[in-house]
Amino acid sequence: MRAEAVADLGHAGRRIDGITCAEVAELLPAAVDGGVERRRLDRRVSRHVEQCLRCQAELAGYRRLLRALHDLRTEVLLPPPGAVAGCLAALAGAGERRAGAALLSGHRGAYVGGLAVAATAAGAGAALVLATRKRRAG
Amino acid sequence: MVRAPATDELADLVAEARAGDSHAFDDLVTATYADAFTLATRLMGNEEDASDVVQDAYLRAYRAIGRFRGDARFTTWLYRIVANCAATSLGRRGRHRHEQLDEALQLPDDHADHDPERKASDAHDRVRVQAALAGLPEKLRLVVVLRDVYDLPHEAIAAELGITETAAKVRLHRARKKLRARLFPIRGEIDENEATDEEVRGAG
Repeated sequence: MRAEAVADLGHAGRRIDGITCAEVAELLPAAVDGGVERRRLDRRVSRHVEQCLRCQAELAGYRRLLRALHDLRTEVLLPPPGAVAGCLAALAGAGERRAGAALLSGHRGAYVGGLAVAATAAGAGAALVLATRKRRAG
Repeated sequence: MVRAPATDELADLVAEARAGDSHAFDDLVTATYADAFTLATRLMGNEEDASDVVQDAYLRAYRAIGRFRGDARFTTWLYRIVANCAATSLGRRGRHRHEQLDEALQLPDDHADHDPERKASDAHDRVRVQAALAGLPEKLRLVVVLRDVYDLPHEAIAAELGITETAAKVRLHRARKKLRARLFPIRGEIDENEATDEEVRGAG
């Protein structure tokens, strides 16, 4: 059976145990989810994959893909210089508008940060971001 | 898996921000910015648009922080807002920009020396995966990043992207197929990859 599988590499229409490679290929992307999805691979599909090098290679590819995608989660990209400061400034601007509205309506405690405050906080922010990255790298 | 900036510290900041302390919200921004920026970059496919999306997301988060009930992690809540802002931004951006991005795609090509038995380094895989993600049609990229990188449930993804759960699952299926064929092709799939590239370019 193994020899036949090798000879048939690339033949998506090949049928093993009543199911073709093309049909199996449609089930493999969900088969790598684990848990319930993994159990969805019924016996017929499992037997096909066991006997078919092409489908084994494809399944291995999906597993490797999912690992690589999951690994991206641990990577944190460094924002461009000034991005945090710009964001805080925008928040301060939005906050001032809210503060104005709150004063008019007699409420206190709204966002009253100014650009200068935002700029100061941004400096501290940059350091904090770097510290966070260092922790994660370790 | 070590994830998210120190959850306990964030919880205190969230409580203070919800009570109306704007400086606590600023601290939340600084503590989580890099994470949000990373997600936005993965979703948008480039860093230039990511900063705008993140800023938009924090403005929305600031307005909505009073409604954050704390039954989810702050970062998860924030990721959902970032996803929603990214989907909105991509929806506005339109066809022209999409084509530009796809043509700018440069995937490191190792088909020539491809060997299924080769143990590529994780770093090598990561660079290729990032490039392949950036080259996916936007609709597929959003779903696969949110599901397979950030582990968001289908229900949350569907809600933030404004699609049905079924649509989210179909897009995930298509995204995985394209990425797998592109990144880890099996013998005889090279032609299929080229067809995929054409399909991606024409999918504006």
